Amino acid sequence: MKIVFWGTRGSLPTPLSGRAVRHKIVSALVKGAGQGLDTAAKAEAFCDRALSFAETNTYGGNSSCVQIDTGGSEYLLCDLGSGAREFAVATLAKHGPARPQTYHVLVSHVHWDHIMGFPFFVPAYIKGNRVRLYSCHAKLEQAIRAQNREPCFPVEFEALGADIEFVALEPGKRYDIAGTRVTGFAQLHGNDSYGYRVESGGKTVVYTTDSEHKPEDQAEMERAAACFANADLVIFDAMYSLAEATSIKEDWGHSSNVLGVELCQMAGAKQLCLFHHEPVNDDEHIDGILAETIRFEEITRVGAPLKICAAYDGLVIEL
Amino acid sequence: MNFSEKILGDAVLVSAAGRIDLSNADAFKDALAASLAKAKKALILDLSGVDYISSAGLRSLMIVFKAGKTEGKAFGIAALQPLLMEIFTISRFNLVFPLFDTVQLAVEKLAPGSNAS
Repeated sequence: MKIVFWGTRGSLPTPLSGRAVRHKIVSALVKGAGQGLDTAAKAEAFCDRALSFAETNTYGGNSSCVQIDTGGSEYLLCDLGSGAREFAVATLAKHGPARPQTYHVLVSHVHWDHIMGFPFFVPAYIKGNRVRLYSCHAKLEQAIRAQNREPCFPVEFEALGADIEFVALEPGKRYDIAGTRVTGFAQLHGNDSYGYRVESGGKTVVYTTDSEHKPEDQAEMERAAACFANADLVIFDAMYSLAEATSIKEDWGHSSNVLGVELCQMAGAKQLCLFHHEPVNDDEHIDGILAETIRFEEITRVGAPLKICAAYDGLVIEL
Repeated sequence: MNFSEKILGDAVLVSAAGRIDLSNADAFKDALAASLAKAKKALILDLSGVDYISSAGLRSLMIVFKAGKTEGKAFGIAALQPLLMEIFTISRFNLVFPLFDTVQLAVEKLAPGSNAS
């Protein structure tokens, strides 16, 4: 199973600014001074050896869209944030528009950042393609249709060329989708949200974003941990710090890196991926959160180590 | 987890020791709330004996901290072990709670005139 991250930012697409690009260049030039970086190969090696992720890369700005690739002929995505456009461009470049494809999408909920990519999801415009939109959320079809309608968008939903179908899922019930077994579960979030546990070929990934957890509620923590049980990867809403999530941003429907570690430890999960990054956090800040989360796992470890990473647009994780 | 309290004039000094986690966070919160009720001006926590606190324990601190603010009572945490300080920093609770290196400093700041010894 291969997990490809096309959009990882929370709430709102967050483009890297020109000022931020310049800051990265200046930082790299200063650190590379006197290093004899007179070829691209030397410069690449220097970047890998001496610079941080934030100095050489970016966590990215597209909102939620994650591909679960099991090697089958049909595509499986989680959410249709603005990252879905990048996915669509790459897919069309691979296949061309003349070869019909099937796209399955598990939608967590219908807040805008999780569906805003659909009007720009080119496969939906092409006759012959099949698009299946699944969700435990009762208002998926209503929201998708409303988004592709004047005055919000000039192309009406009914004008889309693909064979598009909405499929309602029940939480707790297992479904066979795109060669995987999918089980949805309810999450604590304004206007409802659902996570998905996806199993295939002996591997398990849990997509759980836009989900708040109450650390004092033992039953809720155990219920969440059961949904993550023994997962190879948990893609987790780590938008806020724990202090924010339990004080000024309590009941805003998001979670923290600390709770991600604790829940994964309770669940016996193997890897935690910090996801749905807060838009105000720049690359250096997220680098810092990742380092702190790795340290938090070290000092609270019980049993086997939990691997930690931070999602970025373009990240590929092989399970 | 062990828990004890001492009246220091207008303040109450609470000392906790051991682990504070999901298994005892509720009892910790209730004990802190009872101590807060006894405090006239300030509740001071000596956490020098605490070697671990989970998110549930931090949440308990937050609830009592908020209650103290509502009642106009000061709240301070003193003498964190280095590892506990790391947990407060990573969770950003170091930005929420007034932290003091020693109980003496907390008492001097939050309950001047009281004797911490």
